Amino acid sequence: MNSIVCLKQVPDTEAQIRIKPDGSGIITQDIKYIINPYDEFGVEEALKLKEKFGAGTVTLVSMGPQRAIESIRMALAMGADKAIHLDDPAFEDGDAYTTAKVLAQAIKGLEYDIIFCGRQAIDDDLAQVGSALAEMLAIPQIYLVTKVDVASDKKKAKVNRQVVGGEEVIETTLPAVLTCQKGLNEPRYASLPGIMKAKKKEVNTMNAAALGIDPNSAGKAGAKCRILKMYSPPARSAGKIVSGADAAETAAKLAKLLREEAKII
Amino acid sequence: MWVFVEHKDDKIRKVTFEMLSEARKLADQKGEELCAVVLGNNIGAFVETLGQYGTDKIYVLENELLSQYSTDGYTKALADLAKEQQPSILLFGATVIGKDLSPRVATRLGAGLATDCVKIGLDSEGNLIATRPMYAGKVIAEVGFSSDTPQMASVRPNILPATVLSDSRKAEVIRLKADISAADIKTTIVETIKTAGEKVDLTEADVIVSGGRGMKGPENFKILEELADVLAATVGASRAAVDAGWRLQIDQVGQTGKVVSPNLYIACGISGAIQHFAGMGTSKVIVAINKDPDAVIFGKCDYGIVDDLFKVVPIFTQECKKLRSE
Repeated sequence: MNSIVCLKQVPDTEAQIRIKPDGSGIITQDIKYIINPYDEFGVEEALKLKEKFGAGTVTLVSMGPQRAIESIRMALAMGADKAIHLDDPAFEDGDAYTTAKVLAQAIKGLEYDIIFCGRQAIDDDLAQVGSALAEMLAIPQIYLVTKVDVASDKKKAKVNRQVVGGEEVIETTLPAVLTCQKGLNEPRYASLPGIMKAKKKEVNTMNAAALGIDPNSAGKAGAKCRILKMYSPPARSAGKIVSGADAAETAAKLAKLLREEAKII
Repeated sequence: MWVFVEHKDDKIRKVTFEMLSEARKLADQKGEELCAVVLGNNIGAFVETLGQYGTDKIYVLENELLSQYSTDGYTKALADLAKEQQPSILLFGATVIGKDLSPRVATRLGAGLATDCVKIGLDSEGNLIATRPMYAGKVIAEVGFSSDTPQMASVRPNILPATVLSDSRKAEVIRLKADISAADIKTTIVETIKTAGEKVDLTEADVIVSGGRGMKGPENFKILEELADVLAATVGASRAAVDAGWRLQIDQVGQTGKVVSPNLYIACGISGAIQHFAGMGTSKVIVAINKDPDAVIFGKCDYGIVDDLFKVVPIFTQECKKLRSE
């Protein structure tokens, strides 16, 4: 079972995000980076499939600047076999379209049965790259996957995905792109021997020229969308603390306020 | 200008009306027609209500193979029509289906797409400007588009108001047969598992009653269910409550769960971590009930009660019942 996992390095969920004074982007200094949590579910699922089938390769494909190598090594330490690091200044400041194009170009020449992406990256929150990649590779996509069951011939899979009010079990042909949702699995931690081994695993770094991508069609130059400006959301200020002699009085006051002041119940 | 219509069991999802109401204003500014696009099979007269919200023209694209949603079938039908008709702007609801379908359609059309927008507008040249949260709502970004059309956005439900222009307003209905064959569709739904019952989905609920770590156990959510019944609300949960196994993941509100924007969000026993706010920070009125006076949620809510939720909530439920029966 050969799996590809698309991996993005993103700021930690706890990170404070500061915006540059001119609103052109965020200040990246002092940010702690992690593997996008949804991509981590993909790594885990690919490792589980490899274990189940007893053979195959888990290949990571990650687009990002040099620092992304730390997240790639971390996923290799979890057990992935090898990685492609797509790193070129020309890839930066693009959109889902240009990102998927670079990923697709790197993946086209590989042998794979299944591709895992996160349901979205927790930095730009786009939730588009997995679908765009599937379209460019002309294979099916399944969004919000919570369970994967690959047939023994590796030609088909039954996949659970979240929908309004529940789940659907979908049968798909393989290869397909599955975008991972929380609940799919519990990603393993990298072990110490894993971390040692990861240092020696193959990471193939490729730039636009190596991929055969015209830099003018990548990143900012090729993007269909661009961020015009960024700003902080209006802060919510502390409201009224409702209190009374006892819980009964407090509760009654709250109900009254919601009815008469907020006019909401 | 087009709006993709999401419907189920002959009912149109509210977010469709919200988008149409907003898109009507943009279409007037651009001097363009507003079209609603409905995909399915044996689509009934229910689509006519779309006219009331400002739709000029309703495209009904039908095929047996569209009776059930599939990414492949819907993408092909919609993208084929868009290639032929060349809409300037194409909007989707940022729902499960909208977020599955829109990026695939955008890629096929070579179009730009902004996800989960909270505001849409036009620049001086009539190009779409979409405003959307990033970094789980810690940042708001204004997104512009290249000249490739359609310029596309998915719009977060429950943010924009839906306005009926006139009950008697009618739209022209154009019925078309979608050219799809079984071979176009690579996925099949083999089973549907219902977990949520008949409640309004969290993303469309007007009122949400949510419980966190302070609920202390799954059995205690009963008091939230009772309050929810009185307020016609849907019950949500924080990550802590879901990770503890007290509630299903599908009920989770927050960065790794659902993004909701109800009129009223009642947080019970929720401390209000930034990740939770990422999922409910755009709620119109936030109420917090928590016995910890230092809970960060008190700094960001409209009404707070510092007390034992197990004492407050049942009485509050009775008070609401009284008020609502008046």
